[in-house]
Amino acid sequence: MDVQASMNDFILQVEHLSMKFGGLVAIGDLSFQARRGEITALIGPNGAGKTTVFNCITGFYKPTEGMITLNKRDGSTHLLERLPNHEIPARANVARTFQNIRLFSGMTLLENLLVAQHNKLMRASGYTFLGLFGFPSYRQASAESIELARHWLEKADLVDRADDPAGDLPYGAQRRLEIARAMCTGPELLCLDEPAAGLNPKESASLNELLIDIKDNTGTSILLIEHDMSVVMQISDHVVVLEYGRKISDGNPQSVRTDPRVIAAYLGVDDEQVEEVLTEVGDEDVIEQLDTGPDSAHGPGNSASMMAGPVSDTVEHADEGERVTVSKGASKAAQVDARAAAIASKPAAKRSAAKAAPKKTVAKAPAAKAASASKGKEAAVKPASGKRGGRK
Amino acid sequence: MAVTVSPERDVVATPIQRAFREALYAGAIALGLFVLFIGLRTDQNINNELILVQRWALLGFVVIATAVGRFLYVGYAQPAMERANAEKAKAPAAVAEPGFVRQNFNKIGVAVLLLYPVAMVLAFGFQGSLKWVDNFGIQILIYVMLAWGLNIVVGLAGLLDLGYVAFYAVGAYAYALLGTHFGLSFWILLPAAGCMAAFWGVMLGFPVLRLRGDYLAIVTLAFGEIIRLVLINWREVTNGSAGVSGIPKVSFFGLVSFNVSDPNYIAKVLHIAQSGAYYKIFLYYLILGLCFLTAFVTIRLRRLPVGRAWEALREDEIACRSLGINTTTTKLTAFATGAMFGGFAGSFFAARQGFVSPESFVFLESAIILAIVVLGGMGSLGGIAVAALVMIGGTEILRELDFLKAVFGPDFTPELYRMLLFGMAMVIVMLWKPRGFVGSREPTAFLRERKAVSGSFTKEGHG
Ligand SMILES: Nc1ncnc2c1ncn2[C@@H]1O[C@H](COP(=O)(O)OP(=O)(O)OP(=O)(O)O)[C@@H](O)[C@H]1O
Ligand SMILES: [Mg+2]
Repeated sequence: MDVQASMNDFILQVEHLSMKFGGLVAIGDLSFQARRGEITALIGPNGAGKTTVFNCITGFYKPTEGMITLNKRDGSTHLLERLPNHEIPARANVARTFQNIRLFSGMTLLENLLVAQHNKLMRASGYTFLGLFGFPSYRQASAESIELARHWLEKADLVDRADDPAGDLPYGAQRRLEIARAMCTGPELLCLDEPAAGLNPKESASLNELLIDIKDNTGTSILLIEHDMSVVMQISDHVVVLEYGRKISDGNPQSVRTDPRVIAAYLGVDDEQVEEVLTEVGDEDVIEQLDTGPDSAHGPGNSASMMAGPVSDTVEHADEGERVTVSKGASKAAQVDARAAAIASKPAAKRSAAKAAPKKTVAKAPAAKAASASKGKEAAVKPASGKRGGRK
Repeated sequence: MAVTVSPERDVVATPIQRAFREALYAGAIALGLFVLFIGLRTDQNINNELILVQRWALLGFVVIATAVGRFLYVGYAQPAMERANAEKAKAPAAVAEPGFVRQNFNKIGVAVLLLYPVAMVLAFGFQGSLKWVDNFGIQILIYVMLAWGLNIVVGLAGLLDLGYVAFYAVGAYAYALLGTHFGLSFWILLPAAGCMAAFWGVMLGFPVLRLRGDYLAIVTLAFGEIIRLVLINWREVTNGSAGVSGIPKVSFFGLVSFNVSDPNYIAKVLHIAQSGAYYKIFLYYLILGLCFLTAFVTIRLRRLPVGRAWEALREDEIACRSLGINTTTTKLTAFATGAMFGGFAGSFFAARQGFVSPESFVFLESAIILAIVVLGGMGSLGGIAVAALVMIGGTEILRELDFLKAVFGPDFTPELYRMLLFGMAMVIVMLWKPRGFVGSREPTAFLRERKAVSGSFTKEGHG
């Protein structure tokens, strides 16, 4: 990351963000940046605090500490943690979607997209008064808003169903509609909370296309939470990894994927078993997954992606008394760090190296078997062998 | 009393056999149930002693009636219904083109409303038409207007308001007090009453903005009661429970008056015979005009961003906020607009009655208005108008239950059963049409064709 880059290169800067729910530290001292015109992915295991970060950025939560700066194209700067909830989309041009889809299900697709243009139309209708008496200026604005809605319906491949209720759409189409609705607000930053959750491979591919199209043709920067690694690796330019509310890795997709702390965090096993799991699970399922994309049975419940998990949203959790204090020892990434430090200071770790040696051969055998040995496969295997090398 | 028989035996028994058996069961159950209820009755004799009257004949009659009813139902009605259903299933599901009445419902409705007083006068003469124009026409239209006003808050914005009658009261007292003390005309006070009610709508809106669902309902209910208690206890201004009387009549924009003593009394101006019916007919058209205004504004608002925001708020408030909609002002405008129409209706009510007292603004009124909105189908103007006709017209018609005296004897007081019948009718309608008469929603914009949105997708709102 180029520290010298000018301020305006970054559309979003999150600095020392903390969010506490009673005793639970959902986000602890998180800092990261998102570049203008890029797709930044925010990943992490379930409960890592990704949705909470989104809720802080979009004003649904007021962060306990920290600063969230949004730099608009025109050079103006907004401190998002100070803006009221509804002014963040209206003034700072940040739009979002939700982990559990939130459409206006009783309204038609077209109406959903018209509601998204509320503020623009409100001004055009003279705050209702001119519109009530049918002034032509409002009629023109109304026609324009329908054109914009049609544009995004076409992009989302939903124009044939424009006059159907949103609740009647299949799941994948609802996800696309939610993105189209967010785009109708004319955002500079689009925050997507697990847009690919529950999509089949075909829908997932068309979603990728839509996102790339948004990035290339509208100049909207995208911040993306995603469990589906095929989506993350294919479309994101920059990845930030969270675990227990803390950033454990940050960089381009390749470097993040090979980061041992990320692997440990995702597999979530005792440090003694990390290698074992990597060789057994990693080789046959995960690596193939990374290469070939999600399998046909891919869905919210039975995803084979190693990072998929139950879909739940936390926007309305506030009063459920779900207060969990996470001990620091629970973090797998921290364990990897601690162990690396311990190994460096203790050269007499030969016993475990000897134990690991036979496993290494097991790990390599199936890898060699697979014909298409690509970078994805190596990426996941390398950190494991690298770690073992370090122990010798 | 459904006596279920295991299906294996059904196969063997013919319907008549089965019916006979079930009739016996039903008779036995009826006997067991009613032997104490009907067969025996405690009473007083002349010496004020408690005695037991035996009514075996009546009991026998009831039991036999039950058994025969069950026999006919199982033996004949059920097979006939099954046959009819089977035939219907066999026939290709012809998409029923909605009939002429249904297609042109609104136009027909408007025409009927406009011609109604004329028809009544032709049918019953000026004096005879009074009851039909006043008790039915005006009464129903007041509730149509109130329900259309509440529809903005409950049906569109999804905010459950149990204290709507408070705004009705504000409008009525605004006209009553300003009209009697300052002699201002109805045409000035009508907008003033609307503004005052809207102001109180905003006043109510502020504290309840953060509340949802049951909590909101309770606070609005309390608000309605507060206004009523203030009206009762602020004697210096409102004259307490005695109410305000001598409220001036409405004039035809000051040109024609309806007071017999005035020089420009309508009968003198037009050189026709004196009659109280002119004023009632005038009032009928006045409230009809106010209703049309409410409908026009509601239809227009729904197609404006503010109306769409109301409906979006009903569907999902969090999504609204994520799209930059200021939910606070959106809720307040809904409260204010709904309250304004309540205020209009209130000042009309005061002008029509000539007298207002806190008695007219009890919780039951709020409940009836809300029931009309729910029964009509939340958000639909046509459905709500029909519901008002059924509810208010129905209760008025039920006053005329005198024919029942012929059936139950001269001591029978039919008025007592009015509310019972009314409640039963409501339960039946809600079972038959759980989303009200018109469950579907008209979209406010369309690309290719306007398709009604089925009620199963729309939400009721939660706040
Ligand atoms: N309003 C709230 N009140 C209390 N705790 C909360 C609240 N919102 C989130 N949390 C807690 O914060 C932690 C992070 O939750 P968050 O929803 O941000 O995780 P996530 O990374 O989005 O997970 P997932 O992948 O399952 O969506 C969880 O332990 C959650 O229970
Ligand atoms: Mg989440």
